[in-house]
Amino acid sequence: MRIRCPLCGDRDSREFTYMGHEIYMHRPEDAGWSPAWDDYLHLRDNPAGVTRDLWYHGAGCTGWLLVERDTTTHDILRVELATDAKRGSA
Amino acid sequence: MRYSGWQVIKQGLTGNRGWKPAWRDPAPKAEYDVVIIGGGGHGLATAYYLAAEHGLTNIAVLEKGYLGGGNVGRNTTIVRANYGLEGNSQFYSHSLRLWEGLEQELNYNVMHSQRGVVNLFHSDAQRDAFARRGNMMVSQGDDAILLDRDGCRRMMPFLDYDQTRFPIYGGLYHPRGGTARHDAVAWGYARGADQRGVDLIQKCEVTGIDVENGKVTGVQTTRGAIRAKKVAMCAAGRSGQVAAMAGMRLPIESTVLQAFVTEGLKPVIDNVITYGMGHFYISQSDKGGLVFGGDIDFYASYASRGNLPMLEHVMEAGMTLMPMIGKSKVLRSWGGIMDMSSDGSPIIDKTHIDGLYVNAGWCYGGFKATPASGHCYAHLIATDRPHEAALRHRLDRFNTGLVMDEEAKGSQHNLH
Amino acid sequence: MRIEGKGRIDAGQPVRFWFDGQGYTGFRGDTLASALLANGVRLVGRSFKYHRPRGVLTAGSEEPNALMEIGRGAAQVPNVRATVQEIYDGLEARSQNRMGPLAYDLLSVNDLFPNFLSAGFYYKTFMWPRAFWEKLYEPAIRRAAGLGSLSGKHNPNHYEKAFAHCDILVIGSGPTGLMAALTAALGGADVILAEESAEFGGRLLSEEEEIDDQPGADWVASMLDALRDTGRVRLMPRTTVTGAYDQGTYGALERVGLHVDGPAELPKECFWRINARQAVLAAGALERPIAFPMNDRPGIMMAGAVRSYLHRYGVAAGRKVTLFASNDDAHRTALDLMASGVEIAGVIDSRPEARARGDYPLFAGAQVIGTRGRKALGEITIRNNGGEQRIETDCLAVSGGWNPSVHLTCHMNGRPVWREDIAGFVPAEDAVPGLIPAGACNGTYSTAGCLTDGVAAAKQALAAMGGKTREIEIPQASDAVGGSKPLWLVPGKGRAWLDFANDVTSKDIKLAAQEAFASVEHMKRYTTQGMAPDQGKNSNIGALAILADATGRAIPETGTTTYRPPFVPVSIAAFGAGAQGKGFAPERLTSSHDASLERGAPMIEAGLWYRPSYFPRPGETTWRQSCDREVTMTRNAVGVCDVSTLGKIDIQGPDAAEFLDFVYANLFSTLKVGRVRYGLMLREDGHVMDDGTTARLGDNHYLMTTTTAAAGEVMKHLDFVQQCLRPDLNLRFISVTEHWAQFAVAGPKSRDLLNGLLDAPIDNDSFPFMGCGEVSVMGVKGRLFRISFSGEHAYEIAVPARYGEALFRQLVTQAETMGGGAYGMEALNVMRIEKGFVTHSDIDGRVVPFDIGMERMVSAKKMCIGKPATMREGLKGAERQQLVGLKPVGAVQELTAGAHLFEADADPVRVNDLGYVSSVGFSPTLGQFIGLGFLRDGPNRVGEVVKMVDHLRRVETRVEVCAPVFHDPDGEKLRG
Ligand SMILES: Cc1cc2nc3c(=O)[nH]c(=O)nc-3n(C[C@H](O)[C@H](O)[C@H](O)COP(=O)(O)OP(=O)(O)OC[C@H]3O[C@@H](n4cnc5c(N)ncnc54)[C@H](O)[C@@H]3O)c2cc1C
Ligand SMILES: [Zn+2]
Repeated sequence: MRIRCPLCGDRDSREFTYMGHEIYMHRPEDAGWSPAWDDYLHLRDNPAGVTRDLWYHGAGCTGWLLVERDTTTHDILRVELATDAKRGSA
Repeated sequence: MRYSGWQVIKQGLTGNRGWKPAWRDPAPKAEYDVVIIGGGGHGLATAYYLAAEHGLTNIAVLEKGYLGGGNVGRNTTIVRANYGLEGNSQFYSHSLRLWEGLEQELNYNVMHSQRGVVNLFHSDAQRDAFARRGNMMVSQGDDAILLDRDGCRRMMPFLDYDQTRFPIYGGLYHPRGGTARHDAVAWGYARGADQRGVDLIQKCEVTGIDVENGKVTGVQTTRGAIRAKKVAMCAAGRSGQVAAMAGMRLPIESTVLQAFVTEGLKPVIDNVITYGMGHFYISQSDKGGLVFGGDIDFYASYASRGNLPMLEHVMEAGMTLMPMIGKSKVLRSWGGIMDMSSDGSPIIDKTHIDGLYVNAGWCYGGFKATPASGHCYAHLIATDRPHEAALRHRLDRFNTGLVMDEEAKGSQHNLH
Repeated sequence: MRIEGKGRIDAGQPVRFWFDGQGYTGFRGDTLASALLANGVRLVGRSFKYHRPRGVLTAGSEEPNALMEIGRGAAQVPNVRATVQEIYDGLEARSQNRMGPLAYDLLSVNDLFPNFLSAGFYYKTFMWPRAFWEKLYEPAIRRAAGLGSLSGKHNPNHYEKAFAHCDILVIGSGPTGLMAALTAALGGADVILAEESAEFGGRLLSEEEEIDDQPGADWVASMLDALRDTGRVRLMPRTTVTGAYDQGTYGALERVGLHVDGPAELPKECFWRINARQAVLAAGALERPIAFPMNDRPGIMMAGAVRSYLHRYGVAAGRKVTLFASNDDAHRTALDLMASGVEIAGVIDSRPEARARGDYPLFAGAQVIGTRGRKALGEITIRNNGGEQRIETDCLAVSGGWNPSVHLTCHMNGRPVWREDIAGFVPAEDAVPGLIPAGACNGTYSTAGCLTDGVAAAKQALAAMGGKTREIEIPQASDAVGGSKPLWLVPGKGRAWLDFANDVTSKDIKLAAQEAFASVEHMKRYTTQGMAPDQGKNSNIGALAILADATGRAIPETGTTTYRPPFVPVSIAAFGAGAQGKGFAPERLTSSHDASLERGAPMIEAGLWYRPSYFPRPGETTWRQSCDREVTMTRNAVGVCDVSTLGKIDIQGPDAAEFLDFVYANLFSTLKVGRVRYGLMLREDGHVMDDGTTARLGDNHYLMTTTTAAAGEVMKHLDFVQQCLRPDLNLRFISVTEHWAQFAVAGPKSRDLLNGLLDAPIDNDSFPFMGCGEVSVMGVKGRLFRISFSGEHAYEIAVPARYGEALFRQLVTQAETMGGGAYGMEALNVMRIEKGFVTHSDIDGRVVPFDIGMERMVSAKKMCIGKPATMREGLKGAERQQLVGLKPVGAVQELTAGAHLFEADADPVRVNDLGYVSSVGFSPTLGQFIGLGFLRDGPNRVGEVVKMVDHLRRVETRVEVCAPVFHDPDGEKLRG
């Protein structure tokens, strides 16, 4: 598998660490434990198809990337810096 | 038809023309008492125990492909009861006891082979962590022995004790652990369930779960609608999608786990061996292939195939631990879809929908659980009470924090 | 039999090799199989289950029979295909899977009882008595099964792994591949041309075939020149592409040194990871056998293989050859052999309409229904015009048509599609993104068609890359595609083999169907068809056809078959090259490594690092003596320990304080410049992730330390928090672990020791407990932190890494003059237990702040990572096991880590389990064993006595529960 890091270019997936679904970027506001937290930490749509997840370019630029992928084909549709995505959505 | 050595000879003498089908190929009925979604090991075992122990026979197992075509037919067949945490400890212990009589119970040779499992450790801290686990095993009534380096050398003289990057300090030996023939487990349960009247329906994919007023009423399938009083989800890697049909989200992410087998070799590895400093475990099948694997491929996937980085990592670990296997050749690699739960432990529970049950989150370790999973799930479905060996396998434990985190990795699914 | 003047071997270079102890001579360019055939050796192996005598079937890597052990001792390689292995002087080969000599294998008794050993028989028996499985049945089965053997010794040879990158990867170098490579290269692409064989050319080397009026082999030579001339093509012979992976990644295995008796440093094989923007699959086709009664005898071979042996190696596979085929193409076998003077005893073509293409006896519409000859074929029986007829023959060439080599296109779950016109499966469209199948592997069988296909595929690849394509002239060649009609199974008496290697016959397939294993996957698993070393390359399609017939379905309906990587078996040594011995993981050494070794310290692994365990002194014979002395020495004088392995993260920026408040449970914005604070870091699920100290070096400048074990994980976590959660915060941070060498200097004389080295002495006012600042160490700018992991008056002093070794030597030498010295991990561990400081042995990932009495450190004043999750009901309360100190009070004065805790009078069984011991050590300070552990409701049980049981080490004792701080509970020494 290869991922096109926006900063480093096309790289072998062994340079990256996977974390999980994009939801990890959207930390709940609730100050105490709540269903939103259960959602955030545990529950997943777990789609068979297109999803967006977080990858860390630890052996490269140390950037966190938001990657749009298809979980059935491993096609990679879009890659952007998580920071850009976060700023864009904020 | 009862299987026996005598029967093999008798049929052999008449050209093997008398063997009967191992199971029927029934058309789905309009309604069942229980519909089980998924004809993997767990679904088939559940059906078997519902029929054999609870007298429920108006049951269908719906399988989208062919029986046993999922993870039960793709795993590396390790069977062990060496868990360290309350909850898992008694559950896998229960499972191992069921394994120990399984051939006779099913009249099918599943080749359960108690050849022993050794978990190697490579530091004092690891030894202590394994001792903690082994002590739990013994407290639970299972067997565990702490081997030192010399003990390992006697059992596994071919390991690299001198040059390897992370020296072998010793191993936690679990003599009753071992392997079984994976397909045979699925087929044995299938045949047993079929003989007791269960309908095993293949090429029947569940596409919807019908719920009315908070109660389950049946399922939609590629072979038509089927009404059911109770519906039991048992879809392993596909649990997320099946649950979604009932509007549920599970604490599960599906990833891929690869495994490998070499060409056949004369006997050379007698036990199951796991490496403590990288992801690698190995055993030799009765046919002679070295069957081995490592960790999941880490990313969410339904492709049931993996990539080279994990493959290479596994092979590298094998080379540092037992360089003799370098001369054997990998014949085949494959992958299965892993239902990775948020604490690495499984779920056997009711859901908030009346009559709908969930069995999921087996990660890479559900083969050994097959008998207990079926047994406890059947108990839950038949009585609506959890079996005492599966009291902690609750769906709400993530919300309460009463998790069973064997790997101690936290809530990130792919880290277990 | 060798035929003078034929073949591509070098007749001037004889090669001496050995098979089963007997010496033979072949020539350079021979494979083991061709050389054995040339020497008249027919029997080369035994089958898997029935131990039937077997000979060479094919001339390629798909060979199911001629598998051998090569080499001796540790270098022995099992299951080597004699059809691929090139010979070299001194090569030693042995037949395998036999009990006794090959010709008299004792296990061939199995062959007498095939009906009792039918598909899946073992699922139905060996169940009684229960205990016999492991003791009797299984060992017997295991001994009989398996093929070659491993030596049990460490691999002595060198293997390699490498990466390669190209624009277009061309897989296979027949007419298709050569044209594709040239077209691609002329179009400006960087090309890799990978060919499994030692020579390029594919089937052109094995056939009488002309291209542009030249013999095929000459055309190949001119093409190779043309390819070299482009300067863009990397030619990789002996390289098999083994797998197709995501985003254009291909695995390939190069046989670098398997064909020579080369120097030790020459790798045997190299496993390549090739990244290609586009690829052309020009893998050709494999000939398929016909299942007819007793079709497995030595001397029965694939027709195409017979031609390969003739044209490539100058070997006639028999003296009196027969041919059994269902297609025109196979008739060339007879013509080619006749042209070389070999007698053709008959051509049996199952098609009534078949015509002879030369002067040989043709039996059209006939079938082979039996064979004779135990160790070598002697005779065949044919059914012809309703009658039976026997023909004497020592070689039967068989062709049931061709199967496109679709294997790689299945590696990403692509399901090949059935093409009725060629009665074969071809690749599904876009089965592997960017991989374009062309030529025979795509169902195009004429040479002219392949040439055209190769050009078209390369153009398609160039276009996909956005490149230009240049017109290229397509050479002249035959466009003939002979007629063919599939013949799967010839009914008759006797077994008809499908899977030679696994001994699966047509009866097994039918039995599977009869027993409800009717789906193709069930059939495969039940009969083991396709699971042997050839992975079903020879048998899948035939088995499928017979299953279809048995279940009354058409082939496409029965389901397609799939192939998984690798295309050919790959040695683990190649896949895992570089890792043997120390190569598995990098070795990280501290700057004091050599100095520690000089002092005799045994080094132990700490993650990737090596750290000294203890520093033995003369007279000390056990590690405990050294450890006890180091602890006492530190507590009474001064000890020095390298702590550089702790993670160090330099954090700067106006929002650094806010960031730290967010990632730590406790507050850091309130920390004053020049001060250090202990920090507790949580995972978002409320469990302890790591701990360590963080110093405030300036208003906007912090230095965080992490544990050795968690350094990488913490760094990643901080990157996550900043980039994914709080990009609004203005700060930067970087790991400086490698930049600084850092040493703990601990003990009552620590300040004296330091003042001997610092350019400006310090005192309690300039460096109070938990103070920090810059210092000058013998002219070098460094940092000093007054922190303690030992419970003593202690410091950590940091200098740029290049000064680390010198400073360590200075510190230790000076310390020794003061009654102190260096201490290692063992003493460090004892001292931290005496002080009740936790490490990852205790905070093992399942522990929450409540468990270690730190719930109040989770600041109520602010939000932080992990805080909401700690509020879950399950993360607090008396049910949880909490940190306590433990002291043995029973007769047995020992504690063991990993032991469990029970009520003093309870049975040591799981239901009574109360907790466990996480860390132990012998405290020379207290003169007894002490430990840390986790006990249910622990803090409320201080003073009580519980039972510690270690079933594994057989230690049982009574222990007193105490507070976890054993030494200097009020911390007076720290401040002193
Ligand atoms: C490579 C690998 C190695 C492993 N090694 C081990 C090991 O050594 N030891 C061990 O204990 N465990 C191991 N495991 C894990 C173990 O195989 C699984 O946890 C276990 O098999 C899962 O339970 P199951 O058998 O019921 O799953 P499966 O066999 O996957 O059954 C689930 C079934 O549900 C069907 N299904 C899904 N969706 C639908 C639908 N909508 N309608 C109808 N049917 C549906 C699927 O087709 C499938 O047949 C391994 C797994 C893999 C992949
Ligand atoms: Zn990058």
